Amino acid sequence: MLVELKDITHVYNQYNPIVALKDINLSISKHEFIGLIGHTGSGKSTLVQLLNGLIEPTSGNVLYEDEDIFSDKKRLKFIRQKVGLVFQYPEHQLFEESIYDDIAFGPKNLGLKKEEIKNRVKESLELVGLDYDNFKDRSPFNLSGGQQRRVAIAGVLALKPEILILDEPSAGLDPSGRNNLLELLRHLHQDINITIILISHRMEEVAKLATRVIVMDEGRIVLDGNPAEVFSEEKRLRELDLDLPAVTSILHNLKSKGLPVRTDIFDITEAKDEIINELKKNVPEEKRLC
Amino acid sequence: MSLIEIKDVDFLYREQENKALSGVNLSIEKGEFISIIGSNGSGKSTLAKLLNVLLVPTKGQVFVDGFDSSDPENVWKIRQKVGMVFQNPDNQLVATTVEDDVAFGPENLALPSDQIRERVDKSLEMVGMGGYQSHPPHELSGGQKQRIAIAGIIAMLPDCVVLDEPTAMLDPMGRKEVLKTIKYLNEEEGITVILITHFMEETIFSDRIVVMDGGEIKEIDKPAKIFQNIELIKNAGLDVPVAVQMANELRSSGLNLPEVMDIEELVNALC
Ligand SMILES: Nc1ncnc2c1ncn2[C@@H]1O[C@H](COP(=O)(O)OP(=O)(O)OP(=O)(O)O)[C@@H](O)[C@H]1O
Ligand SMILES: Nc1ncnc2c1ncn2[C@@H]1O[C@H](COP(=O)(O)OP(=O)(O)O)[C@@H](O)[C@H]1O
Ligand SMILES: [Mg+2]
Ligand SMILES: [Mg+2]
Repeated sequence: MLVELKDITHVYNQYNPIVALKDINLSISKHEFIGLIGHTGSGKSTLVQLLNGLIEPTSGNVLYEDEDIFSDKKRLKFIRQKVGLVFQYPEHQLFEESIYDDIAFGPKNLGLKKEEIKNRVKESLELVGLDYDNFKDRSPFNLSGGQQRRVAIAGVLALKPEILILDEPSAGLDPSGRNNLLELLRHLHQDINITIILISHRMEEVAKLATRVIVMDEGRIVLDGNPAEVFSEEKRLRELDLDLPAVTSILHNLKSKGLPVRTDIFDITEAKDEIINELKKNVPEEKRLC
Repeated sequence: MSLIEIKDVDFLYREQENKALSGVNLSIEKGEFISIIGSNGSGKSTLAKLLNVLLVPTKGQVFVDGFDSSDPENVWKIRQKVGMVFQNPDNQLVATTVEDDVAFGPENLALPSDQIRERVDKSLEMVGMGGYQSHPPHELSGGQKQRIAIAGIIAMLPDCVVLDEPTAMLDPMGRKEVLKTIKYLNEEEGITVILITHFMEETIFSDRIVVMDGGEIKEIDKPAKIFQNIELIKNAGLDVPVAVQMANELRSSGLNLPEVMDIEELVNALC
């Protein structure tokens, strides 16, 4: 198993305790693409911070390739490179004076040669859609919100991690930036075989990309399955303050009004074909819109 | 005169080569609901900051209710008229109870305490958080926190609220709650709303949408018109709401659909 969480409980604040995670057991295999969803405060960010050793669990174990990540300091450094985490708030991830230095920080720590570091900075900036020459010398703090987000993602890509974890990475990205990010994740997962964990409040992103969807509530995992399984639980998801992907929601609404369409479709073109087919089968010709 | 008049405005940040805004003209009437969309770095937040004088134009002028923002005498008058809500609710809440948080602004106005209390209660009522007075903000959900931040602004009795990506960090339920609150404040309380967002479907209720690109306003029009202009949307790095996209797909497969903007309208048109 690539990563395992065993009997994890995590409590913040000794004196005024907040139980953020309760009895979590989770195994993640190589090459999975996990979509992690849940309302704010359900424990998602806490869970992923455990996975790269940013926080140590109150009880339980975090294993990477069957070995505890907290076994010694050296191992933790190795884990931080293998498990790349893009923080929920990008401004928490930026600290150097220039964008170049910011992205170069990780690769430098890996002891890479200058030339290789430069290549990685260039490549990562390109991947997130920022022009190298225009941006390399600018301060990461004098950027728009979405530009900061892009730099933070580039900084983690430059590490070339085995597992890429992104905590609400598309928050603040414009639509084309978001589409490009999703394409990038698809490419990293399918062509370079990277394992990905994506936290998102956008159900459509998760439905389109994930091979497995995990739903959290009150510090526990409450649903775990493939997208079709999880997004068939409309009522449950709403109780959990979540939603259906918009395309799926259209299909559900049509179905409840009597048009017997499939509801396990997340792609807009596929959904369109399904709607047209069912309209042709079920609506008498004179009443049809087409 | 309109509530807000932006006239030939340029803005250049210090030590930057490119203008963040250039040649911006925009008038906003009292009671309007305006959405601003545009790619990352297109100048939306810069424009927002000009409206409550966090920034003043490098060139041109901004008037709020007739007051020129470049005159230092007007800064506090304008800030009382135009309130700002930001993306991250955690950075906006400072006090240990909801009540103290919402009271923060009115207290600075040195109002008598019974008036402060009245404003706090009324504002919380308006954002659907009545009864939460003594709750600690950090125990609330993201959507609730954001509504408390909005209540803090409303308590100043502003003419206009500018919200810069207020739903970006929220879960689906929180997003719905905040959007409903914004609509209520505009429709029922007559507050002018300026909403900056990357969620295209949040803009369909607005009276007008402003499309920004490269520091310029590219188009100002009704939502239905804006989202028909596929060329404009593409060039500006934007998208159309899923329901509109689906309707377009269905039309190009030969279906004869009326204009629809959201899922409900689409489903009703179909069966
Ligand atoms: N403090 C600053 N100093 C220098 N340049 C800045 C500063 N803030 C923003 N800029 C630049 O000004 C331009 C407009 O930025 P602005 O924050 O207004 O964009 P935005 O439309 O709000 O983008 P986003 O969707 O990413 O929030 C960008 O090129 C940005 O890099
Ligand atoms: N640094 C922290 N100190 C104290 N409590 C925290 C901290 N980070 C998170 N929490 C609390 O832990 C719980 C889970 O939070 P989090 O993991 O951030 O959830 P999510 O990412 O799903 O929104 C919440 O009750 C939150 O308030
Ligand atoms: Mg989180
Ligand atoms: Mg902005």
